[in-house]
Amino acid sequence: MNIVVCVKYVPDATADRSFDSSDSTVDREGVDGLLSELDEYAVEQALLAAEDGDGEVTVLTVGPADAADAVRKALQMGADKGVHVEDDDIAGSDAVATSLILAKALGTLEYDLVFFGMSSTDGTMGVVPTMVAERLGLPAVTYGSEITVDGSTVTVRRDGDVATETITATAPAVVSVTDQSGEPRYPSFKGIMAAKKKPVEDLTLSDLGIDASEVGLGAAWTKVLSFAPRPPRSAGEIVTDEGDGGTKLAEFLASKKFV
Amino acid sequence: MTTPYDAWSTPERAALRDSVTRFVRSEVVDNLPRWEDDGEIPRDLHKRAAAAGLLGIGFPEDVGGEGGDVLDISVVTEAMIEAGGSSGLIAALYTHGIALPHIVSAHRANPTEQSASLIERYVRPTLAGETIGSLGVTEPGGGSDVANLRTRAVRDGDAYVVDGAKTFITSGVRADFVTTAVRTGGDGYGGISLLVVDKGTPGFTVANPLRKMGWHCSDTAELSYAEARVPVQNLVGEENGGFVLVMQQFVNERLSLAVQAYATAQRSLDLTVAYARERETFGRPLATRQVIRHKLVEMHRATVTARAYTRQVVERAAALSAGATGVDPMRLAADAAIAKNDAVAACDFVVDEAVQVHGGMGYMRETEVERHYRDSRILGIGGGATEVMNDLIAKILGY
Ligand SMILES: Cc1cc2nc3c(=O)[nH]c(=O)nc-3n(C[C@H](O)[C@H](O)[C@H](O)COP(=O)(O)OP(=O)(O)OC[C@H]3O[C@@H](n4cnc5c(N)ncnc54)[C@H](O)[C@@H]3O)c2cc1C
Ligand SMILES: Cc1cc2nc3c(=O)[nH]c(=O)nc-3n(C[C@H](O)[C@H](O)[C@H](O)COP(=O)(O)OP(=O)(O)OC[C@H]3O[C@@H](n4cnc5c(N)ncnc54)[C@H](O)[C@@H]3O)c2cc1C
Repeated sequence: MNIVVCVKYVPDATADRSFDSSDSTVDREGVDGLLSELDEYAVEQALLAAEDGDGEVTVLTVGPADAADAVRKALQMGADKGVHVEDDDIAGSDAVATSLILAKALGTLEYDLVFFGMSSTDGTMGVVPTMVAERLGLPAVTYGSEITVDGSTVTVRRDGDVATETITATAPAVVSVTDQSGEPRYPSFKGIMAAKKKPVEDLTLSDLGIDASEVGLGAAWTKVLSFAPRPPRSAGEIVTDEGDGGTKLAEFLASKKFV
Repeated sequence: MTTPYDAWSTPERAALRDSVTRFVRSEVVDNLPRWEDDGEIPRDLHKRAAAAGLLGIGFPEDVGGEGGDVLDISVVTEAMIEAGGSSGLIAALYTHGIALPHIVSAHRANPTEQSASLIERYVRPTLAGETIGSLGVTEPGGGSDVANLRTRAVRDGDAYVVDGAKTFITSGVRADFVTTAVRTGGDGYGGISLLVVDKGTPGFTVANPLRKMGWHCSDTAELSYAEARVPVQNLVGEENGGFVLVMQQFVNERLSLAVQAYATAQRSLDLTVAYARERETFGRPLATRQVIRHKLVEMHRATVTARAYTRQVVERAAALSAGATGVDPMRLAADAAIAKNDAVAACDFVVDEAVQVHGGMGYMRETEVERHYRDSRILGIGGGATEVMNDLIAKILGY
């Protein structure tokens, strides 16, 4: 079973993140980046699914030079090789363009399953897995909280608000996994050292036969019109208990629709 | 991508630091106060650390280790403490760092069927987190003067008969085996050997855990040997060749204690800076007072200078192990002792100030710096006390 995991390099969610005022894209200068934590779950599930067989896990990313860090992290966790699509013309691409690049890159790889995280921790759209599946004409089983691979059949449990569904698909297929699927491993020392020797292929748009006009900020279907930092937290309301503290508390909660 | 600016910040060591930090935050931080009360860490933690690939770092892969050198072990130690662990945790979880190296180095120097069997029976299972080992050198009669230890082992057929006592033995309560320094020959350092003694050996008993000022999560034992028969196959290296093995490892142990000292200082500083920003007295945060800011700067200075010197010595120790010819082993032994004394002094100063800036809270068990204050007191006593280090340094430097 050969598996490709698509991962994204994102700004650290615990840092102060902002947009670049010149083109309203994410400002990558001021903050450290890392492998999107939600994608770690996909890497984990891919490694588990590939563990017993003789297939390989390939990690695929589209992103700037620094995105090599995300590939390396997945290799340290245990993936076998990496593919990094990097091109200046990709900057500012939206989900539609990203899915095009991923689909074309997947076209150069051998795979039975393609794993994704449920969404990125920066864009949090969660649409790329299905867009890629659509472009490749593959079945998509998404938001899997439990993933079982048996022969060429992949089964996922999908926990919804009102029901839990069990869905199966036959490889080749696209799978996206949630953060309920099982704690991702962290790289062991051996894994860290082994990753130094694992191959990473660098690809550009022309390698994939994509015209620059199809991607990037100019081709985006969506546009960020304005952005503003989150307003500073205002001081909370202090209620002095004059015997009616309980009532006031209940009134406050009711006014905010908590109760 | 951050560009590595020295050997401590390569992408691999940054990743190692990350993995250790995640391990400590998920497996240790919330449980440590309970383990402190229990007086020991659970065996399961050894298994988990092994599964995460963190137990065998610094041990070669062909004996069941993870590979890596003394820089890598130091990175693990730094991250364990700076992420919310403690020197007591290191003492308990990494006791094999002092219990196994002699077995490994004796095997590497002169591999025999016997040394290979010791690797299989003791080194591999311990690095896999399945067994726990201790090092027994110190005796009730004295610890600094290793060359004059008195526990005796007399050859009788296919066994050594061991009589004597050991004390202050880290992890001794839980240990499945103790690498024990014994006298097989005449007086002085030329008559010492190392024997691996299994728990359950008739005549070998472990007394109740000793109650201590700090290192509460690390059990410490008194051991007694009364006509305990230990098979000759459990001799490590040559008979009467034990002192050299013990001394060789002292450099690494001292460097580890130095790293623990500056890492404890760093952690205590971090906690104190956060507290000083948060805590208000007389209507303003403590951190706005010049007196406090100067304290923080002095703590910072002591920490970073101790780290810089120790790391430099660690780098030379790594170079020597890798075969570099420009490193003088005697000079390195002196410098490791200097690093230990310097980092311990820095740590003593920093933890004291950390408690002071925390005020009454600094005296409370629930406050982390209170634990570091108690835990760090042993660092200038164990592994060669400060005075004994100075004696060694004076001897090597010819002062
Ligand atoms: C928590 C804990 C864990 C330990 N773990 C282990 C372990 O796992 N295995 C093990 O073998 N040992 C262990 N030890 C023992 C430790 O190594 C010894 O305590 C240490 O070597 C000091 O020996 P001592 O206690 O006998 O002190 P002593 O040798 O009696 O020394 C007492 C004091 O006198 C000073 N002194 C001694 N000789 C001289 C001199 N010639 N000139 C000037 N000053 C001198 C010393 O510096 C020290 O301050 C542990 C100790 C503790 C407290
Ligand atoms: C075991 C114990 C028993 C106690 N018993 C009693 C008791 O019986 N009754 C009682 O009332 N209290 C008691 N206390 C409280 C004790 O008096 C206070 O802890 C002490 O006054 C310090 O106050 P604090 O803890 O709030 O520290 P803080 O006032 O928060 O001070 C923290 C640190 O900042 C320094 N600092 C504070 N302000 C400044 C400034 N302006 N400039 C520079 N540095 C500053 C302090 O010197 C201290 O080092 C007890 C405390 C303990 C730990």
